[in-house]
Amino acid sequence: MSNDFDLIIEPGKGIKQYWADLWRYRELFYFLAWRDILVRYKQTVIGVAWSVIRPVLTMAVFSVIFGRLAKFPSDGVPYPVLVFAAMLPWQLFSNSLSESSNSLIASRNMITKIYFPRLIVPSSSVIVCLVDFLISMAILGVLMIWYHFVPGWRIFLLPFFLFLALTTAMGVGLWISALNVKYRDFRYIIPFVVQFGLYISPVGFSSAVVPEKWRLLYSINPMVGVIDGFRWSIIGGNSQIYLPGFFISVGLTLVIFLLGLSYFRKTERTFADVI
Amino acid sequence: MVKCIIWVNEFMNTVIKVDNLSKKYIIGHQSKEPYQTLRDTVARKSREISKRLLHPFLSSSAQSFSGTEDFWALKDVSFEVQEGDRLGIIGRNGAGKSTLLKVLSRITEPTKGRIHLKGRVASLLEVGTGFHPELTGRENIFLNGAILGMGKTEIKKKFDEIVAFAEVEKFLDTPVKHYSSGMYVRLAFAVAAHLEPEILIIDEVLAVGDAQFQKKCMGKMEEVGREGRTVLFVSHNMTAVKSLCEKVIWLESGHIMSIGNSDMIVSEYFQSGTNELREQTWENPEIAPGNDKVRLHYIRLTPDAENHKGQISLETPLKIEIGFWNFIPEAQLNFSLHLFTMEGSYVLATVSNVFAAEIGIVKGACYIPGNFLNNGTYRVMIKIVQDSKISVFNLKEALYFEVIEDRRNSDWYGKWPGVVRPKFKWNVT
Repeated sequence: MSNDFDLIIEPGKGIKQYWADLWRYRELFYFLAWRDILVRYKQTVIGVAWSVIRPVLTMAVFSVIFGRLAKFPSDGVPYPVLVFAAMLPWQLFSNSLSESSNSLIASRNMITKIYFPRLIVPSSSVIVCLVDFLISMAILGVLMIWYHFVPGWRIFLLPFFLFLALTTAMGVGLWISALNVKYRDFRYIIPFVVQFGLYISPVGFSSAVVPEKWRLLYSINPMVGVIDGFRWSIIGGNSQIYLPGFFISVGLTLVIFLLGLSYFRKTERTFADVI
Repeated sequence: MVKCIIWVNEFMNTVIKVDNLSKKYIIGHQSKEPYQTLRDTVARKSREISKRLLHPFLSSSAQSFSGTEDFWALKDVSFEVQEGDRLGIIGRNGAGKSTLLKVLSRITEPTKGRIHLKGRVASLLEVGTGFHPELTGRENIFLNGAILGMGKTEIKKKFDEIVAFAEVEKFLDTPVKHYSSGMYVRLAFAVAAHLEPEILIIDEVLAVGDAQFQKKCMGKMEEVGREGRTVLFVSHNMTAVKSLCEKVIWLESGHIMSIGNSDMIVSEYFQSGTNELREQTWENPEIAPGNDKVRLHYIRLTPDAENHKGQISLETPLKIEIGFWNFIPEAQLNFSLHLFTMEGSYVLATVSNVFAAEIGIVKGACYIPGNFLNNGTYRVMIKIVQDSKISVFNLKEALYFEVIEDRRNSDWYGKWPGVVRPKFKWNVT
């Protein structure tokens, strides 16, 4: 009798196995992301139009309210560009939050019938939001051409800030998707968080308008660091990153991500029983 | 002789080893859903805190009563499966069969015990998992294949075979939402059937499709077994179990009742009488089976004769009573009863007249005459239909009952052929 079993199933075990499985199931991850993208953009032309109209309208409203009416400073940068540079990460964040919060419930059928690392579900839904992000990116390009705005060398650092935005979105998304399985009414909180977050994050205005003594406190919102980073790399010129605050934001992002991941892992094993 | 056994043992390869496997579920009496809501949790916690403040000397155990109960779906289950074995798992509803498969396929974690597995495991607890109605047949083949654990290259290699098996060549680029249910099931099974894992776990997938397709599926499954792959098969269809599996595990409320040669165990299972379930009652509409439209109150089968007790014989007329809570205002409803043999053959379906139902308890009864059914065990499925077309509720395993033959007026003792054995009028001169 040979004893070389490939797999041992035991209660509360399988951490090593998990990461190996995550790699083994990477194709499923591609396929789920591919499915969501396909379905999203297949159903209607409106699907694509929607991801153009939404950011453009928000940008217009913000430019008028904060730029024209409230006359917030923009350091010579066209106000729409200032707003749009911040809307890129904010949209990525808020969309991934809404998408991933419902993702596990929506895949309930798969979760109760098939084994796979559940982490795949919320992360593949974040990928769909990345497509929206790329569309918005193209709109920003058009906007920049319109205003004859040429970005500097810092634009090449954008991928780093994009990665930061994704980490923040994933971290919060993991928390929320897992909590949403356990407490089914949790999703009602999400729209509120998203809406509230839009106003306490420096989307419609530059974070330079925040008084110096409050800057550090303001940076507790991890999206402040992400948005400032986006502005810094896209707009260039005079826009500065408030470094102490930036490091706080990055640190908090990492903490949120790791805590989110561990909470997800902890509750994941009971998903099939409670979903 | 001894030498020979040792030789066989060396080549027998254990691929599944289950040791003292147990799985506990916690059932809440207050809620009918397994998940909680934040609202309730916050409310309960604040109630507990305020109670603690008002009665600080109460013991903590009295305070933390939350109306839950442990339920062991599996308890100390141990067995081994050798490479190439085809193992059937039988037992009544709620015996733990599905839980066992779920634990084996890693969908849910065991509470205690250990499983050793060797080789790639694929589980088919339902065909068509992950199918998306908006995607075309072609896209769904790739998606479903990936969900079942196939790689992209593997799916590409088998693509033509899958399409041919499912007979959907013409509709490959049509979204599956336009497929007929038959086509949908055929495609879903075809993908699943072309998996090539070392261990295949199947749960009653044969209960779908038309008779011809079922035959094709059975053929495919036998082929899988012949190829030397290990198959675990859960079914209520005893003919299928007997023809597909050489070994059977019989589960009863989470324990293994018996394990061994399939013919032997299946007949033991039939004879045990534990397969009778003549009455089910739910007093609490919160947890009764059903949905927000109707919930079952009771279903019971009794002999429709004075002073009749115990066994149902061929001559006994039967009465099946159903009661349910109706939540649909001014509904036009009707019942139907469906009888199956334990081998899975459809015996009959009988439909009640349509009646207007008010919100509240609705009752009904159906009468089956004596001298009509054959001896053997029957399964009753019930359906509640709205407006003669929408099936609002259906319970597949509502009742089980056994008809026995207590006397026979002939010298022949074999089992009478057929799913029914009615007494018709004869005129012989």
